Amino acid sequence: MTEPLVKPKKKNPVLRTRLATLPPVPRSRSALGLTRAAAEGVFEMQVCADCGTVQYPPREVCGSCLSEHVAWKPVDNRGELIATTTLRHSNDLYFRERLPWRVGTVKMAAGPSVVAHVHEDCAEGGTVRLTLKLDRSGQAVLHALPEKDTPNMNDAPQLRESTCDPKFRRVLVTDGKSATGMAVARAMLEAGANAVFLGDASTWKTVPAFDKLVASDPRLQVVELDVTDTDSVDRLAASIGGKVEILVNTADYLRDGGILNRKDVNLARDAMEVNVLGLMRLAQAFGPGMCFRAADGSNNAVAWVNILSIHAHAALPARGAWSASKAAALSLSQTLRAELRGAGVRVMNVFPGPVDEEWEQLTPPPKIAPSGLAKAIVKGLQDGVEDVYVGDIAEELRTRLRENHKAVERELGQ
Amino acid sequence: MSMVASAATRAAPAGKRRGYDGVAVTVPVTIPYVRYSTRSAHWWLGRALAELIRGAGIAKGEVDGVCVSSFTLGPDTAVGLMQHLGMSPRWLDHIPMGGASGVVALRRAARAVQAGDAEVIACIAGDTNHVDSFRNTVSQFSRFAQDAVYPYGAGGPNASFALLTDYYMKHYGASREDFGKLCVAQRDNALKNPHALMKKPLTLQQYLDARPITDPIHLFDCVMPCAGAEGYLVMSEERARALKLPYARVRSTIERHNAFPEDPIQFRGGWAMDKDALFDHAGVAPADVDFLETYDDYPVINAMQFEDLGFCAKGEVAGFIRANEFTIDGSFPFNTSGGQLSVGQAGAAGGYLGFVQALRQLTGSAGRTQVKDAKIGVVSGFGMINYDRGLCSGAAILERGATQGEAA
Ligand SMILES: [Zn+2]
Repeated sequence: MTEPLVKPKKKNPVLRTRLATLPPVPRSRSALGLTRAAAEGVFEMQVCADCGTVQYPPREVCGSCLSEHVAWKPVDNRGELIATTTLRHSNDLYFRERLPWRVGTVKMAAGPSVVAHVHEDCAEGGTVRLTLKLDRSGQAVLHALPEKDTPNMNDAPQLRESTCDPKFRRVLVTDGKSATGMAVARAMLEAGANAVFLGDASTWKTVPAFDKLVASDPRLQVVELDVTDTDSVDRLAASIGGKVEILVNTADYLRDGGILNRKDVNLARDAMEVNVLGLMRLAQAFGPGMCFRAADGSNNAVAWVNILSIHAHAALPARGAWSASKAAALSLSQTLRAELRGAGVRVMNVFPGPVDEEWEQLTPPPKIAPSGLAKAIVKGLQDGVEDVYVGDIAEELRTRLRENHKAVERELGQ
Repeated sequence: MSMVASAATRAAPAGKRRGYDGVAVTVPVTIPYVRYSTRSAHWWLGRALAELIRGAGIAKGEVDGVCVSSFTLGPDTAVGLMQHLGMSPRWLDHIPMGGASGVVALRRAARAVQAGDAEVIACIAGDTNHVDSFRNTVSQFSRFAQDAVYPYGAGGPNASFALLTDYYMKHYGASREDFGKLCVAQRDNALKNPHALMKKPLTLQQYLDARPITDPIHLFDCVMPCAGAEGYLVMSEERARALKLPYARVRSTIERHNAFPEDPIQFRGGWAMDKDALFDHAGVAPADVDFLETYDDYPVINAMQFEDLGFCAKGEVAGFIRANEFTIDGSFPFNTSGGQLSVGQAGAAGGYLGFVQALRQLTGSAGRTQVKDAKIGVVSGFGMINYDRGLCSGAAILERGATQGEAA
């Protein structure tokens, strides 16, 4: 049984902070199919279209019938743990710092035998569930988990290395006063966060629900933060930057309007200021500090969350300027992901459909409740994925974009 | 042929194989191992070639065939090495089969000599060992290792062998004491071999008390990576006699790659498919064998070779180990040089160690490690954990040709 994680002690400022190392990064291009699946939180392997063989490790052709038609498909993730070992020595710095480390061989019901990280609650000879997760290097690895959930299983140090669980971590919610921001704060507290900093860009504005939330839990702390103001962002980073282990960027500037129905670019500029340049300001102020603390104990800095929109992938012309800002933010997030990867800090992008809040008043249902969005964010962090699609509309658009993106473009423009 | 083996677990009957008549294997050479070397692989391979030429008493130009194995020769291959060493052979091979290289090199070279494609072939294997060589070799060993093994703790071969040792011990009844008995006997043999890096005796208690490295692998189950080189010459018996060289003859050989891919984890090697073909072709039985030199990067592989080469049945290895003594003067002389576990693992030269030692035994030049009246020896090789198991296996049955006294 997994020992429950102990709340980390207050940091001794005199001690040196352990710098981040990464597990081995190189992979063949075929193996990056696993990385794609892990980033999206699905369990897929190569399946031969001609003979049905499930194969692992990934190959260029079917190892059974030599067909070139091998596709990534969901497969049965169960198997028998037929051998295990505990490493007390490693050739790699990252693992050396984390020994002992348990690995094993799982004979999958689907066919192949795989080498996997093995959860401490798995018994040799027993049935296990395999899951694909991203390790700290951002590459996919297989974890063998107990057949059924066990108490505190997410606290196991090996598994926690592949996830971004908010438990005992400190979270900055950049706009804490919005409906989404408040819901994210609540969900983080429920998930066991040690502290939640609530960014407030309009301290002059009284929002009763916000005041009520702040009074409800001593772990909540309001901080002044205006993402359009570089000084404001820098001031906050100087004050709490060393304590932020998860940053959830909830700041958003959502207004209707396309291109030809206006005579100016003011609305577009405002959206860019918040949604694009705001993200960049936050990243420049908080990114380096998070990288510095990316291997700092059990409450190391782990994740950067951007709340984008499904319309980052396909513009909604009625909100053309806003859609463009979300697409720009998505592009920027890919650069941020590349820059944070060296330290092992994960960038998780969230793609919701319409959210049930004030600026979406006239949008017809289905809409996502802010609490549902917040729950999906926490789950994404606990699972350690990179992309989270929230709500039926987002899921449907995602599927249809793969099928025919031109059809989606036409229909969104009607 | 045995009637019990099922069609699925043995090789299909091959067409009649030709023998190795007229082939001589000679001039066993070892370039003494060191733990770390600042030299490159080219130095070690060059030294081995020089020793072969000196030992045979021939001119450099008379070596018209070369066969090379090395992990650390990169970016060169055997081709670049020929220019490096100023050789112009008319036959050249590069065998990247790790622990199976010694046997496979013989197979290639013997046929080339029989066919007249080359007259004197130098088979050499060697590697350097810099302080970071081992980590580099392990992390870039193969595509499957890079994709599907190294990211899981980067334990290297220790981790892969730990998993199959764990499985083997649970399903085939071998205990740590059994493995320990083999390691202790090999150390005893190594104390008689001046080339062995391990110079201190090992007791069973020390073996059992050693620190765990990667359960159930403990310290004395692991080889020590080092630098070194090994080599031998293949030529016609006629030529060997003319040069007055003691030599061994080849009774039979086998090789097999990626055997039993459907096994969920490795508990047997390719020998299990080919052992009947090996002994039938050689016209001898396991009981006729005077000594055995196996590839011993971990004790579990020794146990598999006992079973899969037919010295005992599958699952009976514990009884076999308990019933025999494995020292040079024991009931089953085994890894008489001390093996890699006590001599050291000089990269690809580890795949030649047993072969070269067998040549010493059969030419009467094994010194204090000599097995009395050794006439028939079996050498087996095993190599290349590409993903989760060793893929290459090979074996050769050698017999005494002319010994030192007879040749002179
Ligand atoms: Zn196929």
